[in-house]
Amino acid sequence: MFKNLKITCDQATTICDKNQYSEASIKELIKLNIHLIKCRICAVYTKHNITLTNFYKGYSQHCKALKNCMSAEDKEALKTALEQNKE
Amino acid sequence: MAEKTHTLNTNKWIDNYADYLYNYTITRVNNSDLAKDLVQDTFFAGLKSAKNFQGKATERTWLVSILKRKIIDHYRKINSKKGQAEVRMNFYDDGENEGSWLEERVPQSWDNASEKNIENEELRNQLEGCINKLPEKYAMVFRMKTVQEFETAEICKELEITSSNLWVMIHRARTQLRKCMEDNWFNN
Repeated sequence: MFKNLKITCDQATTICDKNQYSEASIKELIKLNIHLIKCRICAVYTKHNITLTNFYKGYSQHCKALKNCMSAEDKEALKTALEQNKE
Repeated sequence: MAEKTHTLNTNKWIDNYADYLYNYTITRVNNSDLAKDLVQDTFFAGLKSAKNFQGKATERTWLVSILKRKIIDHYRKINSKKGQAEVRMNFYDDGENEGSWLEERVPQSWDNASEKNIENEELRNQLEGCINKLPEKYAMVFRMKTVQEFETAEICKELEITSSNLWVMIHRARTQLRKCMEDNWFNN
């Protein structure tokens, strides 16, 4: 029974990553937590991952606040190119 | 009741949709020149297939569907180069040490982590630099999932990949980012 719950470090870190988006299943979380009890390296990875997730969230908010627009010159060039393409 | 039929007004495309399409593209490819090229290609393709426009969708929806196809084509192009460009870096899989728990592989201590927050512009720039160093396809998926916070299903549909593929790419992207941040920020 417990054999099914055994996972490698690579699988554990993949589940840990998935969990950063709250998309790991209950079964995956059980496997991860069992793995973390005995694996110090993955436990540290998980801790770092949480720190990074906070950074990424802050970065995401910053990026979403930015409004990307094309410059007036680029638009003019695009208009010209489009007109030429119509002919 | 008769369904509303939309028409195309190609003379107004740039004024009405250039910014929207550019913004849509830049959040996916994060490269200004590439985004401009893709937007231009979209307008050209739209012009070419204008006669096929049935008027069921709005002009913008129709142009976005063309743009999505252009982005997928670009994604496929970079994906086909993966053999040349991909740096495989799982957490525990290099050669004969695969799966072994070597002491030196313990992630470094990040004692100063709590003192540094994302409000710090330097940190933001470092993070951006690390994301830009990722293989392009990983960077694209990472940005869509983590930065733009799209749903998994939406990304899979848009890029025509499976959710397993997506999680593998996210994992590899995050592993490489962790290493890059460790080398350039936490241990610097």
